[in-house]
Amino acid sequence: MKKRSSKKEGNSQYRMMILAGFIVIFTFLSILVILTMDALEESQPQEVLVRDPERIENGIHLRTGLKAGEGMEAVIRHCTPCHSASLVTQNRMDAAGWESTIRWMQETQNLWDLGEDHELVVRYLTREYPVESKGRRQALKNIEWYSLDGQNP
Amino acid sequence: MNRRGFLSKTSLAALSAAIGTEIFYGAQIPAGYRLIAEQDPDLFARYHKDRDMVILNKRPINIEARAHLLNDDVTPERCMFVRNNGKVPVELQAENWELLIDGESVRQGRSFSLEELKTTFPHYSYNLTLECGGNGRSEFDPPAKGNQWTVGAVSCATWTGVRLRDVLREVGIKQDAVYVGYHAADLHLSGDPRKEVISRGIPMAKAMQEETLLAFEMNGKPIPEIHGFPLRLVAGGWPASVSGKWLKGLSVRNQVHDGPKMESPSYRVPCDPVAPGTEVADENMCIIESMPVKSLITYPRTGAVLETGRSLRINGHAWAGELQVKEVSYSIDFGATWQECTLDKPVNRLAWQNFRAAVTFPSEGYYEIWARATDSRGVSQPMVLPGWNPKGYLNNACHRIAVKVV
Repeated sequence: MKKRSSKKEGNSQYRMMILAGFIVIFTFLSILVILTMDALEESQPQEVLVRDPERIENGIHLRTGLKAGEGMEAVIRHCTPCHSASLVTQNRMDAAGWESTIRWMQETQNLWDLGEDHELVVRYLTREYPVESKGRRQALKNIEWYSLDGQNP
Repeated sequence: MNRRGFLSKTSLAALSAAIGTEIFYGAQIPAGYRLIAEQDPDLFARYHKDRDMVILNKRPINIEARAHLLNDDVTPERCMFVRNNGKVPVELQAENWELLIDGESVRQGRSFSLEELKTTFPHYSYNLTLECGGNGRSEFDPPAKGNQWTVGAVSCATWTGVRLRDVLREVGIKQDAVYVGYHAADLHLSGDPRKEVISRGIPMAKAMQEETLLAFEMNGKPIPEIHGFPLRLVAGGWPASVSGKWLKGLSVRNQVHDGPKMESPSYRVPCDPVAPGTEVADENMCIIESMPVKSLITYPRTGAVLETGRSLRINGHAWAGELQVKEVSYSIDFGATWQECTLDKPVNRLAWQNFRAAVTFPSEGYYEIWARATDSRGVSQPMVLPGWNPKGYLNNACHRIAVKVV
């Protein structure tokens, strides 16, 4: 009797240990899965950036901000190794202006000969970033209205 | 110096594989230079900038403030504009920083360690207005090349350092000295280590002013990395490009300094006025010295909607290069009538001055509040764009904010 009961006790102890083991393994696996998911989530924006550097939305090349159009790849190749594309997108020039800017960069800033791409680049820049007339003073634009109440008693 | 070498073919291949696209002209990319895909995009965190600041360019880094961010009397680091022509130097260390003073017009070239400068000469602190020569460029018509600054490329921080004139006197300057040119540690965008990015300077008269500093502190702390740590030439009231960051050398010249960006058309305007769009010969372009009179409404932020019958407190800053501002006025009827603001004296010469006023509106509706400063010689800001110039410098047209009374 005594022997049996001790055997029974031993069995239940054994079962408890297996159960505890399962709980430990389950918990461990759960944590592992959660951590992995977290890691995936964190790295996702960067992955998009890296995986799809040529994505275009609403006519804009997302990685550089350049307007999509014939010659854009050439501009990326020749212009963006040294400076960001925002130096292009901020500016507005006519063909002579873009031409002289390229020449200035070649003469003083180590820009290489654009070869066959030269005309393609100037055409793209003149087409996508042409001069807009602004006059002597423009109207205030894109005003974000907000209530001043409570801020200025 | 090996950071200035170029990427090897294997590391280029690895990089290409990592970003999943071929890198054109990879041989041109300097080693240590991070491509867009692997660059830290958060410049705000990296350089302690307010998230309302506007990034004009990430390579080179150019960031401007918006008017309402400049409301402090002393501009804090987080709201100070950033203007770079090249790449921010890496591995800046104050411990072994050396400043070499040479040039045709020094008796004998000499080097100072930063520590030597600090311990040999008395320290001075001034609030100094630094405005980019191209601040306001975005408004010119026909447009001018370069970063399209709107209103926020100006600051007035407290700079602490030794007087340039004390150091020059210690070194010994010849009678024929004309100009002091600076040399800096920044890196050319092309990665070419032989190319100096920008090396401008000031005439002797400006160099000998008591407020012209070799500064090592900004707002009571070591100068932030992107603003010129550990040593910067600071000459208030002139285009900020004369205030060389990451200062490694000064050349005392017997002629006008001829470093990069001293030549036409950089930081020059036509000596005589020209019609918009005119091509101007190099010899007819003159170096910009003192900046013109200007002001900024820093409170409230543009776009305020307020209830009728209530007065609106406005405030801002005004500055006038080498001169003092003698008056600031505001108009709510597009210049038909002007009311005078209360104007403080500058904390010291070359510091901006604070102004304030209480504005009342005659009825409901859309208003613009325009501010106009007048310098000690009676010269005011124009309401329209001032004289066109090829590079779009010196736009000191009146600042205005929109207000709606409901």
